[in-house]
Formats: sequence, structure tokens, C-alpha cells
Amino acid sequence: MNLQRLRGLIRKEFIQILRDPSAIAIAFFMPVFLLFLFGYGVSLDAKHVPVAVVVDQPTAETSAFVGGLQQSPYFEPQIYTSMHSARQALMARKADGILWLRSDFSRQMLQGNTASIGVLINGVDANNARILEGYLQGIWQNWLQQRALNAGAPLIIPVNGEDRIWFNPALRSRDYLVPGLIAVIMTLIGALLTALVVAREWERGTMEALMATPVTMSEILLGKLIPYFIMGMGGMLLSVALAVWLFAVPLVGSFWVLLACSALFLLAALGMGLLISSVARNQFVAGQIAIIVTFLPAFILSGFIFDIQSMPAAIRIITHIVAARYFVSILQTIFLAGDVWPIILWNSLALLLMAAFFLGVTLRRSHKRLD
Amino acid sequence: MPARIWALVIKEFLALLRDKKSRFVLIGPPLIQLLVFGYAATFDLSHIPYAVYNQDTGFASRELLGDFQGSPAFQQVATVENEGQIAPLIDDEKALLVLQIGPHFTRDLLLHRPAPVQVIINGRNSNTATLALNYVNTVLLSFDTRWAADHHWGRPPAQLVVRSWFNPNLLSRWFIVPGIVALLMLVVTLLVTGLSVAREREQGTFDQLLVTPMGPVEILVGKALPGLIIGALEGCFIALVAVFWFQVPFVGSILALLVGMALFLLAAVGIGLMISSLAVTQQQGLLGVFLFLVPAIILSGFATPIANMPELVQDLTYINPMRYFLVIVRGVFLEGDNMPMLWSQYWPLALIAIFSMSAAAWLFRHRMQ
Repeated sequence: MNLQRLRGLIRKEFIQILRDPSAIAIAFFMPVFLLFLFGYGVSLDAKHVPVAVVVDQPTAETSAFVGGLQQSPYFEPQIYTSMHSARQALMARKADGILWLRSDFSRQMLQGNTASIGVLINGVDANNARILEGYLQGIWQNWLQQRALNAGAPLIIPVNGEDRIWFNPALRSRDYLVPGLIAVIMTLIGALLTALVVAREWERGTMEALMATPVTMSEILLGKLIPYFIMGMGGMLLSVALAVWLFAVPLVGSFWVLLACSALFLLAALGMGLLISSVARNQFVAGQIAIIVTFLPAFILSGFIFDIQSMPAAIRIITHIVAARYFVSILQTIFLAGDVWPIILWNSLALLLMAAFFLGVTLRRSHKRLD
Repeated sequence: MPARIWALVIKEFLALLRDKKSRFVLIGPPLIQLLVFGYAATFDLSHIPYAVYNQDTGFASRELLGDFQGSPAFQQVATVENEGQIAPLIDDEKALLVLQIGPHFTRDLLLHRPAPVQVIINGRNSNTATLALNYVNTVLLSFDTRWAADHHWGRPPAQLVVRSWFNPNLLSRWFIVPGIVALLMLVVTLLVTGLSVAREREQGTFDQLLVTPMGPVEILVGKALPGLIIGALEGCFIALVAVFWFQVPFVGSILALLVGMALFLLAAVGIGLMISSLAVTQQQGLLGVFLFLVPAIILSGFATPIANMPELVQDLTYINPMRYFLVIVRGVFLEGDNMPMLWSQYWPLALIAIFSMSAAAWLFRHRMQ
């Protein structure tokens, strides 16, 4: 290792970066663009869900129930005069569900029977349907409570759940999505920055020129790694700043722990890019591999949006090779819960191992040979 | 003219499938991803790890906890003896939630007084927390109904009777797997087309292509066909896997799906070629593919509903071909849609296809340096 040679290589890389500004765009423009888009675009909080309401025979009882629906921020009830037209609205995707109060609704209650409140939900988006069902149940329970209160009658709900939601009491989905997005975005940036750089040297024949010089292979790789690491950390800082100041995500844990973990993650991500690049030796194939192995796995297998605990055991094992998984866990913890050391240390260890693996394999596979 | 185009198509296929690595990249990963994502991408919770802090010694709390133990959605991981043990369990994500039952639970219930159960839940992932609370509520509700009937609490005046259409058991796999058909089709088409012109440009062979007798339209068709063919083959295959492996019901018209696929592929190929001809280097091409692919997937309604997005972002999704194709795939798979019902999705897709293809053709001619 010769520091002067390394400095020369790093300078060369920076000059190359400045010449084709796409690397700068990747490091600084991408995180801002993507965070803006997703921070505002991705939300699992259903609000103003259109619900078709059919009341066969309006009475004071039915209007009390429908009133509860109208006051809820989650629903936007639309009154339909017949089940037929409500069904058509559901089929045309104008309404996500139908609430049907039959003509015998009030009579059944007067007679001391249990009247039924018909609910039809479009179940295609099962997650949304389930959330909707939960909201409706809440409205129904409120209605029961209100009725019992008004009538001075005892409440007939024996056991009620009292929720204590830690770390995110308002259940703002943005607070957990934005830290997760940073992990997804950094996976992309890390791999994109380095995926093509070694392959490009091979393809253009400049690798051959480099090999004719006295630089060693580890110097070449470090000369690639260091510039892109600096740029990647810049992008990371930008993302954290946006998360805290623009999206008002609380940063409960320590900034320096976050920075240290990010550096580890970035090493793993850049290492993966370098490995792709030196295995493919061809920008076209390297680019294709980068598209396949970065975004979708980070999006689907990292626990960013789909819960890892609920996946089948075999898939849970596969998620362990996705670096973003560890980073998502670290980020969500540092941002929302604070410095919980058991989580941070174990995940950091995993990231460290992955970084060592990628960089080690890249180094082992790169020889000063042309074939 | 057809013979010339055909020659170009053959050349493109040779370039794509020439060596082992590129052949594998086109076929292996999409299939692996289909299987992995098909199982992984689910919002349904199972094995929710929970802990119990029961201060009550009566039979009512035992009965209630028995309900949780009997539910396949829940898995008890710990029993808490005192208040101080709760925080570490939640902090370290050993348990998603802790059920805390007060000391007078059974007594209160027998005295016809409402008794609360405290649910302490890790809100770090707010969606998982919301869903888990819904699951808890369902268990509590069925316990309530039984208890009220057994112990003469009186019947509730009205009850919700919920039915869901198209997906009676609310399996999120039925929602996600058809989405994966669209997802992987988009990825594969962009893989094939996104870098193809940029590569020729970087290697200088695009100039050679331009001085051949082929017109820009012929070049466009020759470049587009491989993407269309590979995309269509993989799309059909993935749809078959969705039906026969993942057992997602297919109740609509096959023709309606095929028409949708064709339009979607045309739009995706056009966008891929547009990106590719805008890029001077392959790195720029790759950046372009990502800058399109990532928003196209996240803002499509694949995982999070478009209706939850702010108005401005919702308007933005109208130029996203994936948005329309997702409605088509899910409509055909689950809702039994046929061609006339999907007309409102077809024409925007066709518009995007026409626009992107023409733009690509124009760029072929005008982006010479």
C-alpha cells in the first residue's frame, strides 16, 4: 500500500466523476428526489375512504350510527338510495365498501334483538380492507358506548383493549416509512455508484493500462471505494437532514451512532457494487445485475414495508443476506426508539460481516491478470 | 423492410443472450424473485410475538389468554412477572406487544363491571402495529360476545356483519402476487431495453446502425421487439405461476389480460428506449432506469394505495403505466373483469405507449453528437 499512489488513483476517480456528472446526480440528486417523492407519496394511513351508505328506513337510530361515520376522519360516506346502486359503485371502484342498515334495523333493536349492520368490503386490497374493518369496528364500539351512556344502561362490552403505542403514539406511517426509505435509497445509491466503475475500466481497456503501472489491486479497489464512500456519506447526511427537518421524523437516538452505522452500511452497499462490477466486467451485465439485486430485495425483503416475522421460515432465512434488512432495523430504532444497544450492536455486526465479505471476495477475485 | 428488421432483432437477441452471464440475468433472477417475493410480500401477520403480564389469578383472564394461545396469528414468547420487564421486551423487539391484565380482572367481570386489558405495542412499524391491534381486537371481540352471552350481560343492540367481496378471507397474497406479475414484467423490459441504445452509443456502433439503409422506425421496431417478446414470455409465465403455484384465483377474461399486457409492454419498452437514447453513457442509462423504475413501482399502488397519497402525487400517478396495468391484472384475476370493463385503463396505457414510442423514435434521429 503506497499512500501517494492511492492519492493519485483517488484524484483520477474524482476527475472522472466530475466529467460525467451522473455520479454526482446519483449521490446528491437521487436521495432528495426519492425522499421527496416517497416521503409525500407513500402512506398506509387510509383517510377519507369512500363508503357507500344504504339506509333502508331512516330513523333516529340509523342517523346516530351514520353520524358517527360522518364524523370520523377515516371515512367519506356517500348516501345511496338502494343496494343495487351501491353495488354498482363498489364494482366501479367508486366506493371501497358498503354499509347497509336494513329496514328492520330499528325494529329489531326495539324488540331487544340484535340488529345486524351489513358491511361489504372490496377485499382486493386485503391490507386496506382489514384496516377499514378495524376502523368500522371502532365506530361501532363508540356507537355502543354512546348509546349505553345516553340510556344510562350498563355497557355490554366486558373487555376492552386499551392501547399503549410506544415510539409512535399517533401511528404516523411516515415516521417509520421515511427511515426505511433512507435504507432503500442508500442501497440503490451505494450499488449504483460502484456497480459500473470497475466494469467500465475493463470494458474501455483502461484496466489493462492500470495493470501496467506499479499500483496493486488493493490500491485500485481502495481508489474506487474511498471517493464513492465520501459521496455516499454526503448523500446519507442529506437524507437524514431531510428526514428530520422536512418530514419532522423524531431522531430520538444519537446522531453519531446513526453516522457510524450508516458508514458500515455504506461499506456493505459499495462492496456489493464493486463485487458486481468486478464479476461482470461488462457494464451492460453489471447494470442489469445492479437493477435486480438492489432495489426490489431492499424494498420487499428488508422489513421496510412487509413484516419479516410474518414471512415463511425459508424466506426469513433469505432476508438475512439482504444488507438493507439490518439497516432498516437500525434506522427505525435510532430514529423512533433511541439507542437500543442490543439491536444496534447485533445489526451492526451483521453489516460489518457483510461489508467484510463483499470487499474480501472482491479483492480475492481481482487479480492483476487480463483473463 | 421486414427482412432488415428481422436481422436487427436477431442481432439484438444475440447481444442479449450471447454469454452465460447475460442469459442468466434475464431468466434466473425474475423467477427466483417471483417465488421469494410471492411468499415474502404479505401484509397478513402470523406468529405475532407477544408477552403476557397477568396480575389476575381468576379464571376469566386464563380463559382470555387461552383464546390468544389458540389463535394461529399469535405466538407467546414470554411471561412477564413485573412492570420493569416490559420495556426491554419491547425495546429489543423480542415481543411486538405485551398484554397486561390488571389484578381485579375476574372480579370486575363477575360484578358486571367492564375490565380493561392493556395492550402495550411496539409502534416502530406503524402498519404492523395497526394490523396487530386489529387482530387483538378481533380476539377480544369474540371473547366479549361469548362472555356476554354466558354471563347474562345482555345482547348488544346491533352487530357488524362483515363480508368482503373478491377476496373473502382477505389474503393479501391474492393482492400482491398479481402485482408481482406487473412488477417483474416492468423490470425485465427495462433491463432489456434501458441500456441497449446507450451501449451502442458508448461503443460507437450506433453510428454504424444509423448509416445503414434502415430508417429510424425500423431501428425502433428492431430494438423494441426483443423487449416485447421477452417481456411477454416472462409475463405469461409469471401469470401461470401465480395461478397454478400460488393458487390465486383467475376469474376474468384471459383476452382482457393479454390486451393489457401488450399495451403495458409497449409503454414500458417505449420508456426504456427513451431513457436509453437520452443517455450518452451506460451509467447515465442505468441512472435513468432507476429514476423511472423506483417511482413507477412505489407510486403505482403495488404496496400502498394511491388513494392515501396527497392530491398532487395522485395526479402524478396518471402518467405511470404500472398504475393502469395493476388495475387490469387485479381486475382480471380477482374481480372477473372483461375487456369492456377495462376500457378506462386501456386507453391511457395506449396513449403512454404511443407517446413514449414516438419520443424514442424522434430521439434516435435527433440525439446525435
